[in-house]
Amino acid sequence: MADYDVTQSYMQDISLGTSIIAVSFKGGVVLGADSRTSSGSYVANRVQDKITPLADTVYLCRSGSASDTQAIASYVQYWIAEHQAEKNGPVDVSTAANLAMQLSYNNKNMLQAGLIIAGWDKQGGGSVYAIPLGGTLLKVPYTIGGSGSAYITGWCDKYWRDDFTEEEARAFVVKALTHAIARDASSGGCVRTVTITQAGVKRDFIPGTKLAATFGELPTPASR
Amino acid sequence: MDLNAFGRGAAQACSNSKMSDAEPHTGTTIVACTYNGGVVLGADGRVSTGNYVSNRASNKIMQLTDNVYLLRSGSAADTQAIGDYVRYFSEQLAGELGEDPSVQTIANLVGTMNYNNKNMLMGALLVAGIDKHSGGQVFGVPIGGTIVPEKWAIDGSGSTYIWGYMDSAWKPDMTREEAEGFVTEALALAMARDASSGGIIRTVTLDKDGATMRYVGGNEVPLFHEELQPPAAAAAAGTASMVVG
Repeated sequence: MADYDVTQSYMQDISLGTSIIAVSFKGGVVLGADSRTSSGSYVANRVQDKITPLADTVYLCRSGSASDTQAIASYVQYWIAEHQAEKNGPVDVSTAANLAMQLSYNNKNMLQAGLIIAGWDKQGGGSVYAIPLGGTLLKVPYTIGGSGSAYITGWCDKYWRDDFTEEEARAFVVKALTHAIARDASSGGCVRTVTITQAGVKRDFIPGTKLAATFGELPTPASR
Repeated sequence: MDLNAFGRGAAQACSNSKMSDAEPHTGTTIVACTYNGGVVLGADGRVSTGNYVSNRASNKIMQLTDNVYLLRSGSAADTQAIGDYVRYFSEQLAGELGEDPSVQTIANLVGTMNYNNKNMLMGALLVAGIDKHSGGQVFGVPIGGTIVPEKWAIDGSGSTYIWGYMDSAWKPDMTREEAEGFVTEALALAMARDASSGGIIRTVTLDKDGATMRYVGGNEVPLFHEELQPPAAAAAAGTASMVVG
């Protein structure tokens, strides 16, 4: 097979083929993501952290091109640092979301970034903003993103409620990601969650072996 | 395409949109599921040509024999042709055997057509039925000609959005009512999110006593958050019960 280009199978753009989600509840938000970064069919990082801090109480879930989303996060972190210094107070989630939207929209031809921004501030309490490809800004009670999100739209439509407690919201996030990881080849690894309330930020990590088995999967052997 | 008044309008709509092919597609959601006593099959009703919905209440469930039905998705023309051929072969076979053919045999006929003509056909099909050997069975027969027996199967463009729901909500040994509700809800969820699926829901339940067809009109399809009730809503059927699964 002289015309088979072997570089096609692994030297492709680094992509956060991904499942990301953020859900608001009374008093805060829960962000969640899988941990797979792929380069074609090679998993470049199986424990990637896709939930990036923009400020003390505002975090970003990244999907799409890894480099584009890292660049956007960098710029927005810098602008927020300046803004907070001038304001002498914490940034509002809506402001952070707007900054990310401006970058995304004004460079829409060059960027491939699906973003979710969520956090807590005194103005709006817990808020979730979706910024899909193209640079739309949508304030929503919850949102899902990344390649794996397609497979769980039906599940989320069915089981989401607008009156979750913090524990219920987190359980919803973990179950949603478990199902997305089961069906999307570009999502996998472990599940990371970040819970943000007035009290602060709590990070959690669930190894892939501890995720519940979905339809057709064998349960993880006790030895692991 | 007929160039009557409707056809001209449709042709206008088609020429305005960037469609890669003008032929009708059953961009679709189809679901089949075994239960304790038989199988339930279901499909939406939308046939689209680009952005134009050429049929909003079509029947994508095709009877092949008394005991075996076919769910069609992909190219409308290809799946109709495959179904017609397989129905013809199945009738002959039933005559020769003197009894209903097994579901597996018919699934194999469909799969063989898909495989031997893989360069020309675009039919993603589900074959479901009931026979005395193995009770209710579901076979997935996707494009290319694979034949896969399953406890439940989904296909069509809308199926992408309900994989998570099916994985989560299916359980073995459901009753007939549970299975019919499960299929209807899965279809409603897919129709809510897939632009190429919608309209009405048709289901067929096969058990040892025969086939029962059900029709759920568009204003009675279950709704989920963000969706508005239809005007003068059939409110009884309108709200989905929400349980964290």
